[in-house]
Amino acid sequence: MSISVKVKLARPGFALDAEFDVPATGITAVFGPSGAGKSTLLRIIAGLEPGEGEIQVGSQHWLKPGFSLRPNERPVGYVFQEASLFEHLSVEDNLYYGYRRVGKAERKIDFAHVTDVLRLGDLLPRRPATLSGGERQRVAIGRALLTSPRLLLMDEPLASLDFKHQREIMPFLESLCSDFGIPAIYVSHVPVEVSRLANQLVLLDKGKVTASGPVNEILTSFDLPMAHDLEAGAVIETIAGEFDSEFGLLDLEFAGGCFVVQGKQSAAGTGQRVRVLARDVSLALEKHTDTSILNILPVKIAEISEEPNGQSLVKLDCGGKLLLARITRRSSARMQLEPGKAVYAQIKSVALLN
Amino acid sequence: MLTAADTTALVITLQLAAVTTVVLLLVGTPLAWWLARSHSPVKPVIDAIVALPLVLPPTVLGFYLLLALGPEGAIGGLMESIGAKPLAFTFTGLVIGSVIYSLPFVVQPLQDAFAGIGRRPLEAAATLRAGPLDRFFSIALPLARPGYLTAAVLGFAHTLGEFGVVLMIGGNIPGSTQVLSIAIYDHVESLQYGQAHAVSAVLLVLSFVLLLTVYVLNRRFRVIRL
Repeated sequence: MSISVKVKLARPGFALDAEFDVPATGITAVFGPSGAGKSTLLRIIAGLEPGEGEIQVGSQHWLKPGFSLRPNERPVGYVFQEASLFEHLSVEDNLYYGYRRVGKAERKIDFAHVTDVLRLGDLLPRRPATLSGGERQRVAIGRALLTSPRLLLMDEPLASLDFKHQREIMPFLESLCSDFGIPAIYVSHVPVEVSRLANQLVLLDKGKVTASGPVNEILTSFDLPMAHDLEAGAVIETIAGEFDSEFGLLDLEFAGGCFVVQGKQSAAGTGQRVRVLARDVSLALEKHTDTSILNILPVKIAEISEEPNGQSLVKLDCGGKLLLARITRRSSARMQLEPGKAVYAQIKSVALLN
Repeated sequence: MLTAADTTALVITLQLAAVTTVVLLLVGTPLAWWLARSHSPVKPVIDAIVALPLVLPPTVLGFYLLLALGPEGAIGGLMESIGAKPLAFTFTGLVIGSVIYSLPFVVQPLQDAFAGIGRRPLEAAATLRAGPLDRFFSIALPLARPGYLTAAVLGFAHTLGEFGVVLMIGGNIPGSTQVLSIAIYDHVESLQYGQAHAVSAVLLVLSFVLLLTVYVLNRRFRVIRL
């Protein structure tokens, strides 16, 4: 199953010509600056904007030359930047609006499951006007899910919320795809949201897709601007293992080894996403044991890039997972680093993202 | 107190206003919906035509209607050729005249109400599998409810006070086309000031109460614009 999009739209002063192909699993983030055409792209996929070209989700064509499904015929769930609830209906009737309009055979998502996961039970009799921003957005997400969509489209669903409500919604977004098994396209211009949520990344700039692929490949690609950013880092999926209750430390296992981070016992067994910033990784030729650094992993150098200000960016292969290290060019020269060389990555800090 | 003839005129006036309002809401809804959402180059022209009765002397409107609906007119002649009676000087003729005369008072509040909804709720409804008609009835219509109240009351009240159009195409047939405003004119002509007072007071109070209803229930909408 994949989502394949190749669309064009011309407007005075703006042209969108976007093409990407991503697996129809997890969250695909469409990332780019304001005005890049992210929302327009999403609206074309939903059929709210009359784009030309081809959109195929799984085996189903939504758009191809001479054929276009109307928005109400496309099995999407759309979450707008503002919740856009129907003010004349109660929360319950808002949730049922789409649910009732989907054929019984297509209803794969249970009403009770949605209200349970999004904790909407107490809100059901209320009017949208009486809800907080975070509550409204939860209702909007629930309403979209209840149409049992084949694809969930989210247009910066956190952008209109304050920090507190963003933190309230984030965990729901993180677990949405695994809870309901629906792939999502998530539009955002906020790097933190992308590294927390995305499995795949589509970079959009001035109406064109500049790159697309698995999130960590894009984040660590030397051909793309993100790896060269001072905040650059790698995102790695791990599974929480043993918990050391004496020191409050949690093992996070992944293909390249094991990270040790401060954590909670309750996390054991769950999937955990971590971010390792390039500037927090240093390199050593031998494994030091006389250091306070907990996370030292054997890695192989994949690629080296000379950066401005006397620095080097080193891409590391860690059991097939990619990490970045930002070191000085002098260190790089002294250690005679080159692609293929085995070294040790000393990681000062590993940030849990959930 | 009102005479029997005045009471008959009052009943006819209320009937006329009621029928006109119903017809206007039915005709005005699709027209207002189109005007609120269209970007067609024809839209300003239609806007202007809808607003015409606001500025035109009602006698002008009545005159053209009389020509059109009379036995010699395009519509009247057509009616006659198929064996129907011409519409001039009939209640139906009055309704047609009133519908045109009160059109802006119904279409404009509806148009404002539809425009005020914005496209977002309708887009949300579309992504929730609602087709165009479904969206209109489940989203647009309920959200435009305050606009409908304004439109209905204004259409009704404005038709109550109509004079020139009625005079031109209704004639002044007691029991058929004589409405209150014309009854007042008759009373004044024949120097029956007491009767004129009574009938005028009825219209004044009725109109005031209707407008008060609109303004109290519904402060969000401007009542009329040109």
